[in-house]
Amino acid sequence: MNIFWTLVIEMISFGLFIYFFGKVLWKPLMQAMEARRRRISEGLAAAERGQRELEDSVNKAEERMAEARSEAHELLANAQRQANETLERARADARGEGERIVSAAREEVDQAVAQAKEQLRREVGELAVDGAERILKREIDTKAHNDIIDDLVAEIR
Amino acid sequence: MSESVFTQDPTAVEYIQHHLSNLTLGEGFWSVHADTIIVSWVLGALLLWLGHVVGKRMTTDSEPSGLQNAVETVVEFVNDQAQSLFPRADPLIGPLALTIFLWVFAMNFMDMLPVDLLPLIAQWIGQNIFGVAAHNVPFRAVPTADLAVPFAMALVVFGLSIVYGVRKKGLGTYLKGFLVHPFGKYLAPFNIVMSLVEEIAKPLSLALRLFGNLFAGELVFMLIALTGFAWYMAPFQAALGWVWTVFHLLIIVIQAFIFMLLSVVYLALATSDDAH
Repeated sequence: MNIFWTLVIEMISFGLFIYFFGKVLWKPLMQAMEARRRRISEGLAAAERGQRELEDSVNKAEERMAEARSEAHELLANAQRQANETLERARADARGEGERIVSAAREEVDQAVAQAKEQLRREVGELAVDGAERILKREIDTKAHNDIIDDLVAEIR
Repeated sequence: MSESVFTQDPTAVEYIQHHLSNLTLGEGFWSVHADTIIVSWVLGALLLWLGHVVGKRMTTDSEPSGLQNAVETVVEFVNDQAQSLFPRADPLIGPLALTIFLWVFAMNFMDMLPVDLLPLIAQWIGQNIFGVAAHNVPFRAVPTADLAVPFAMALVVFGLSIVYGVRKKGLGTYLKGFLVHPFGKYLAPFNIVMSLVEEIAKPLSLALRLFGNLFAGELVFMLIALTGFAWYMAPFQAALGWVWTVFHLLIIVIQAFIFMLLSVVYLALATSDDAH
């Protein structure tokens, strides 16, 4: 029983099998697993990126919402203020108008009173002159005595 | 279990002798163990075919199917082991470790077949196709239980470790290692002997460990087969056979793993940076 040639044949077989195992089994599987590893890590990275983008857009949306809310607040406040102002102005206008009307009326009344007083004074003066004429039965020098009458009128006032 | 192909029932010694004889072609120096070579080639070809099938159906897009998953698991396991022991990138280590693990496991697995199955098939073929008397057709089913296969692989690994060592350190430094290791340069003659013994012990222990385990396992199966000498022994024999099969299933995986691991370790040692 001599194993020399069996040994040699098996050594050659072993070498050949190493070569073919490497070619048929090892290399393609290693490449496939490497490819899968890369795909998985890429997928994970993409997922992370997506997550981050989602967070970003949520943040942005919230920001925009807050902005819109504050804008709306501002608009509302402006409108309120404008309305108030308008109201205030209208009120002031109305008050002014009323005061103007009242003062005009008062002036008119004053004028009328003054006129009436003037007329009264003149009539009284004339009556007084008339009366004096009648009493004295003579002409009075109107011009000479007008000053006196005016003084009298002023006193009546 | 031990259905006989002998004209009379063989004695236990005859049975075991017959089972431990190789199907030998040729005479003397030029003889080869045809059974060992056939089984090892068939198994290697089967594994290659399996790899080819997996490679052809391989997909990286979807989840791998069952077979691809299993093969990938094995390859990844081997790759992890090889890389943890041999961290430098090397195109040979991976395929080497994978071949050792798968091929040795497949050859060891022949021990799991009923101990008379392959020999009976061989005898039938011998008798009906080649016209050889059945009891002249011995057949050993387990190539790793034949000294030639473990030694062939161990020698290839040994040769590779020398090639790796010389390539890494240069021929001068490599040879100098034999002179100065382990006792320093003043004990050079002694060092040569020690280093040679150490180097030769590596492939020797590597080969003999696998051979011994598988040879012993095969022998135990034969002994269990011999317990079926009477009908009332059948349950006993079945129980023994089951127990040893389970135990041996562990052994064949571990031996394949150890052979792979030590081969990588030897190659890593040969290329390591420290003095040894």
